[in-house]
Amino acid sequence: SRICVITLAEAHPLLQSGKTIKNINYQISANCSRLQNKVSGKSKRTCLFIFQMQGAQFLTELAPLCRISSSDGEEYTIYSCIRGRLIEVNENILSNPALLQEKPSTEGYIAVVLPKFEESKSITQGLLTQKEYEEVLLKRRSSAS
Amino acid sequence: MSSLTEKDRPIVQLLLSTGTCPRCILRFCRVGSQMLYRHPHEDLMKDLQEFLKSSQEKEDTVCLDVADPPCKRIRLEHGEEGADELNYNGAIPQLPSAGDGNSATESPALKVCNVCLGILQEFCEADFVKKVCQKVNSADYQFTSFVFSVSLPPQLSVRERAAWLGVKQQMRNLGLPLAKDDIIQLKEAYKWIIHPQLSEELGVPADGKSLFEVSVVFAHPETDEECHFLATACPDCFKPAKNKQSVFTRMAVIKALEKIKEVDFLKHFPCPPSSPKNLCDALEIQCNNGAIFVAGRYNKYSRNLPQTPWIIDGERKLESSVEELISEHLMAEFKADSFNFSSSGREDVDVRTLGNGRPFAIELVNPRRIHFTAEEMRKLQQAINDSSDKIQVRDLQLVTRSAIGRMKEGEEEKTKTYSALIWTDKAIQREDIAFLDDIKELKLDQKTPLRVLHRRPLAVRCRLIHTMKSEYIDEHHFRLHLKTQAGTYIKEFVHGDFGRTKPNIGSLLNRTADILELDVESVDVDWPPTLAD
Repeated sequence: SRICVITLAEAHPLLQSGKTIKNINYQISANCSRLQNKVSGKSKRTCLFIFQMQGAQFLTELAPLCRISSSDGEEYTIYSCIRGRLIEVNENILSNPALLQEKPSTEGYIAVVLPKFEESKSITQGLLTQKEYEEVLLKRRSSAS
Repeated sequence: MSSLTEKDRPIVQLLLSTGTCPRCILRFCRVGSQMLYRHPHEDLMKDLQEFLKSSQEKEDTVCLDVADPPCKRIRLEHGEEGADELNYNGAIPQLPSAGDGNSATESPALKVCNVCLGILQEFCEADFVKKVCQKVNSADYQFTSFVFSVSLPPQLSVRERAAWLGVKQQMRNLGLPLAKDDIIQLKEAYKWIIHPQLSEELGVPADGKSLFEVSVVFAHPETDEECHFLATACPDCFKPAKNKQSVFTRMAVIKALEKIKEVDFLKHFPCPPSSPKNLCDALEIQCNNGAIFVAGRYNKYSRNLPQTPWIIDGERKLESSVEELISEHLMAEFKADSFNFSSSGREDVDVRTLGNGRPFAIELVNPRRIHFTAEEMRKLQQAINDSSDKIQVRDLQLVTRSAIGRMKEGEEEKTKTYSALIWTDKAIQREDIAFLDDIKELKLDQKTPLRVLHRRPLAVRCRLIHTMKSEYIDEHHFRLHLKTQAGTYIKEFVHGDFGRTKPNIGSLLNRTADILELDVESVDVDWPPTLAD
């Protein structure tokens, strides 16, 4: 399946020790809230799955998903990084922000995005494997010091 | 002719002289005796001419009209009337005399009828019947009755209308009253004539409800354009055609004929209709058997077999499927064109189906063979079971279409039981999982699992886990038996699906859990009926 789950990368500042999340906000601008994403469903018997996608917000790589402010005054914008239709945002982290830090790769996920069928393959190929990511982090740290 | 009366005389006279065949003339005179239409063409012609010649002073020219009203049922009625009601004298066909100026000088039997275009002429003859039966026999179908369906070119309706208007006009000119215009339908008369002949040749009766259909499509390209004027007269009757098919369908033409005024009709169409040069063509003679339904239950013993073929971008991802393994044999035995497989729910590729198995039904489309004894079905079941160890079938039987409903109701309403092999990250002891056995009617909220979100709408479903029974294995493994409501996603109940199924085993045990193996232990539907082996 082509579903993508957006989660915080392990190197994200919010996942470093000492940070406490104060607030998570899915309101991106005056007119756009990720919470108001309408994905209407139809019974599985009718083949109108495409229909439900038309209401869903389309995201580009730089589309903001949410803004997170930590108790030390910092604010972070989390971007989609994936082109596709927004299926759902994780409302569990609104009620329980700690979830985002405790289980960032599972229950603390941020959003679910479904890329377009034609773009699915190229998108997957553009992502880094776990190994490649660790190499990037390694380089980053060595150049910083 | 006994069925015709004095008032029919002008009609017969007019139609005979303008190129209409005897059987169509009988139709226009509303003669309802099926037997009469079956008489040879030449005899009918002779009779009509006799009728016209007979003197008008005869007192008893009004003979008994045959009692039976025009019969719309296709079913053959034997002995509906005796053969001796007719004043029929001798079998020698005579050429019409030119004396009373009734008919054309050439033999009318050779002229193609200007109304039926030969349908009630050539296409009632033994030669055509033989041709149809040859096609049927060579197609090698099993059948016990037949329904004969005929597709007629739409211009026949137009010509019929024109001929009738001519008759009405003539009656007006003669100052005579005209009876109601309930002409015998051409298709009906055709079936009266051809059904007994087909029935005789094929050795089975005609039956409107038969599943075996013999169909013929007639066309008359020479006169195809005769309908076109209707498009200008009644444009809203003709919708744009799909797939290059003609806009002038039979239904559309009939609708337009109902709408158009007599006056307008006569402006655009000759009355009486002209005599065509050629007969109709019988374009296609096709046979089709109604679908047959085979039901049963299947077990799946492989963890590497999809239920239906798994093909992405034209490439098969996994070899074979439950559906193919079962239907392959059925297709060969029943000699069908294609099949439709359906079942009471499904399981994943890596899930086994144990116990009594899962109910399924296969629709076999256009089967050549339809009769199978219980013994033959058992043999077929054995053949399927011998051919593969990945699946097994039981209770294989023929069912009706309506029975499928019971299977589908099982999919949504009935319970299923499962056995899951579960792993936990943190260690567990027996006491840690014992409480699961006591939980009854556990309510779950399951969002559509991520793994199916690309083809299912996002929704939250409430499902019940009725009972659970745990079996401790070691510190990181245990087996869980569950009985659940239909439509519950078991894997997601175990691993939680990113917290989108709540509660889940992980949340209940306060650990991270994952599912290693899943088996369906039973599908609690009591259909199809269990067969004694």
